[in-house]
This record gives sequence, C-alpha cells and structure tokens, in this order.
Amino acid sequence: MCLKCENISFGYKKNNLILNNVNLSLGSGEVLGLIGDSGSGKSTLCKILAGYENNYQGNVSIDGKAIPSKGYNPVQLVFQHPEKAVNPKWKMKDILNEGHIVPQDILDSFGIKKSWFNRWPNELSGGELQRFALARALSPETKFLIADEITTMVDAITQAQIWNIVLDIVKELNIGVLVVSHEKKLISKLCHDVVYLDDINTV
Amino acid sequence: MSTAVVTVNKGVFRGFNLRQKTLLIIGFTSLLLLAIVISSVEFGDESLHTNFGSKNLNPSPEHPFGTDWMGRDMFIRTLKGLGSSIMIGAFASTISTILAIILGLLSSTGKIADSFIAWLVDLFLSIPHLLLIILISIGFGGGATGVIIGVALTHWTGLTRVVRAEIKQLKTQEYIHISRNLGKSKWWIATKHIFPHLIPQIFLGTILMFPHAILHEASATFLGFGLSPHEPAIGIILSESMKYLSAGYWWLAFFPGLSLLIVVLAFDMIGENLGKLIDPKNAHE
Repeated sequence: MCLKCENISFGYKKNNLILNNVNLSLGSGEVLGLIGDSGSGKSTLCKILAGYENNYQGNVSIDGKAIPSKGYNPVQLVFQHPEKAVNPKWKMKDILNEGHIVPQDILDSFGIKKSWFNRWPNELSGGELQRFALARALSPETKFLIADEITTMVDAITQAQIWNIVLDIVKELNIGVLVVSHEKKLISKLCHDVVYLDDINTV
Repeated sequence: MSTAVVTVNKGVFRGFNLRQKTLLIIGFTSLLLLAIVISSVEFGDESLHTNFGSKNLNPSPEHPFGTDWMGRDMFIRTLKGLGSSIMIGAFASTISTILAIILGLLSSTGKIADSFIAWLVDLFLSIPHLLLIILISIGFGGGATGVIIGVALTHWTGLTRVVRAEIKQLKTQEYIHISRNLGKSKWWIATKHIFPHLIPQIFLGTILMFPHAILHEASATFLGFGLSPHEPAIGIILSESMKYLSAGYWWLAFFPGLSLLIVVLAFDMIGENLGKLIDPKNAHE
C-alpha cells in the first residue's frame, strides 16, 4: 500500500500559500522523516494527509483511491499535545477503547497499567496520555501513522522508550509512519528516509 | 489554592471544607424554597378568608406579616404568592431551557441555520424584556397562561448563546476530529462527546434563569398585565399595597417585598454554589 499526496497546495489565506505543490509518498512499513522549520507547514500537511483539513488543492490517495471520508480512516494522526486529544469528561479506559479494543500485548509493551483505567485524563502526565493516544491510533485497521511531534514534550529517555515501542508495533502491523520533528538527530536515528519540507515546497 | 483555604475556614461554617459548605448552602436554600412551595399548596383558600374585625393590624406574633384592609393574614398571602411565583418560574424556565437547547443544537447544523438563530437571539435581546413579556402576555389573552408563555418565550436567549458557543468551541477540539477519524458517526460524537459537556451549562443556566423569571412575572403582574387580582401573587400584593403605603401601612409592602428578594437571592445562591460544584472550570477547586 502506498499513501500518496500529489500537488498539494494550501493556504489559510487565499494569497498566502503555506504549502505549494507538495508531493510525498509513503509506503507500508516505511518510516519516513519530515523536517521543516517552524511555520513551514508540517502540521498543516499532516492534517491534510489525515483528512482533518479539506480545503486544499491537490490529491491525497491510497493506492490511487481517494480516502473515504466516513468510517475508520486508515491514516491516523497523533498530535503533539495529548492532553488536547482526549475528552476531559471521559475515563481513560473509554478513551483508549474508542476506536477498537486495544489488545493486552500492546498495553503491556506501552507500559499502560490497568490501575490508570479509572482515572480522568487530568490525573495522568503528558507522556502517559501520549501512550494512550498512540495505543488508540494503532489498530489493525490503521495503515499509516502520522506522528506530528509526538515525543516533543517528554524527556530523552521516555522519547527513546516510546519510539522503540511504536517502531516495534509498526513493523508487526506493517504500518507506514511519517515522523515529523524538529530534531534532525531523532529523525536520522528512526527513519529510513528524510524529506525536508522547504525543499519539496519550493520545487 | 491557598488563599481559598484561608478564607473558607472563617465565619459561621468554620470546620467545614469548601465542598461541604457549598453542599450545606445548597441544601438549606433548596429546603427553604421547597418549604415555601409545599406550604403554599397546603394552606387552602379558607385561610385567606376576610375578617373585617382584624383589618390593618400591625405585625404581631399572631400575624407575623400583619393583616391587610380586608383582614387577611399577610404571611399566608405572601407564602401563597411566593409559591405560585416559584411554580410559574419553574414552568417558564423549563420551557425556556427546552427552547434554548433545541435552538442551540439547530444552530450547529449549518451556516444558514446558525446565522438565522443568531439573528433571532439579537432580535429578542434588542426589545426590552418587560415590554416583550407584556406584549406576548396580552397576545395570549393575559392571565396566568399569558404570563407563563410571555416569560418562557423571552428567557431562552442567554442559554441559547451559551449552548451555541459551547458547541462551536467543542467542534474544533482535537478529540472530536480524532473520534471522526476513528470512524464514529456524527450522532455518536454529538451524544457521547459533545452532550456531556453541555449538561452542566444547561443545568446551571436553568437555575440561574429562575430568579429572572420570578422577578419578571412579579413585575408584569405588578403592572397589571399578569395574573388576575383574585389570585394570590406577589405582584398583586405589592401593587395593592402601594395604595395603602401613604396611610402608613408599611408592612403590606415591606414583608412581601423582602420575601421576594430572599427567594430570588436563594435561587441565585443555589445556582452559584452548584456552579462551583459542576462547572468544569472550577469543579476541581
């Protein structure tokens, strides 16, 4: 399977394009890094790929077919701020199992404890919440994972832990990952290939 | 919040924490209001019989609020008036709340519906409240039905705005997008994600609507556009007592007016204290 975006152009204002003719392709099992300066449109591109933003020009497709707007989206996006990605009125177990019942082995590998299940989101730390968000997004139906600075808010050790787990699961489920980050060292460690947004933007 | 803790442990409720204190206040005020409603129903009309032998009496242990020019006990009249005011207020605010929920939900369905409802809210807000109540009340034939419909049709604006704004804000939240991406339907998101956030707002909005509804009912009645004169109502009592004020019968207006004030303040206190408990912004304090 191959997630492709072709000739993507997007601007929040009409005469100010943030993304100009962006082309990108991501295959199953591939781990691709995306680097760009602040404000270069990384997050916007992520939102377009995952179907959050619909007012763009160009084409996003999986194996040449458009992504259906209803039903489970095979392209899942995980955000930088996990505390915004959970409903504060829901218990953690409801949040975790919103998409699918997360199997025990994934819980174990993420280190998610059963005792956290009856807590509210504001009783967990950012790193713990991000594990829930990742476990929720990594269902068998997910084909591509867009990781938009998912480990920016945790320390280096936790960062390494989380990425090790994610890469293991991704390999097992044959999911393609787009790793978005500022940190070139992290990207060069994780990814098979790197794309610089400035480059593809100007081309 | 250390400052909050310091102020809590002072005064009458020393020894209780903020939560217990809040619950106590809610309990007491609710009990008071419930007692008024129940006793106003319990006292039959015979307790309001005219007795010209005891007219225009000063407040005394036998008649705590004095008696009027027909010898009726003002305490019982006031109680019955407050009871009917509270019941009318309850009924009118319930209708207003239902209207507000429906309109607020409608406004989230599309751009045209949204601007229409925003326009409708502005329209209703641009006309003075009391004037509109009087007009609607006359339009529906006056009397109790007129006042109830008048009050109900004019108090939904504030809550509609709150519901509309809350839904708008919630719809931009990331977890709503995620839910959609996880394949959940619009209806599922509305009921599971959005509605739980609206309940406290709606609940509080209804209770805080009460004092407005009661005061507006009383003022419409006071001006002679509301309940008919033979019904016991605070507005009627106050407007009748105006004629006797110059004769020095101060208790005819003073005690009913004070009781109305207390009832309105009681509702306000319930609303505010409930807000402390269930409002998401300060529920954890």
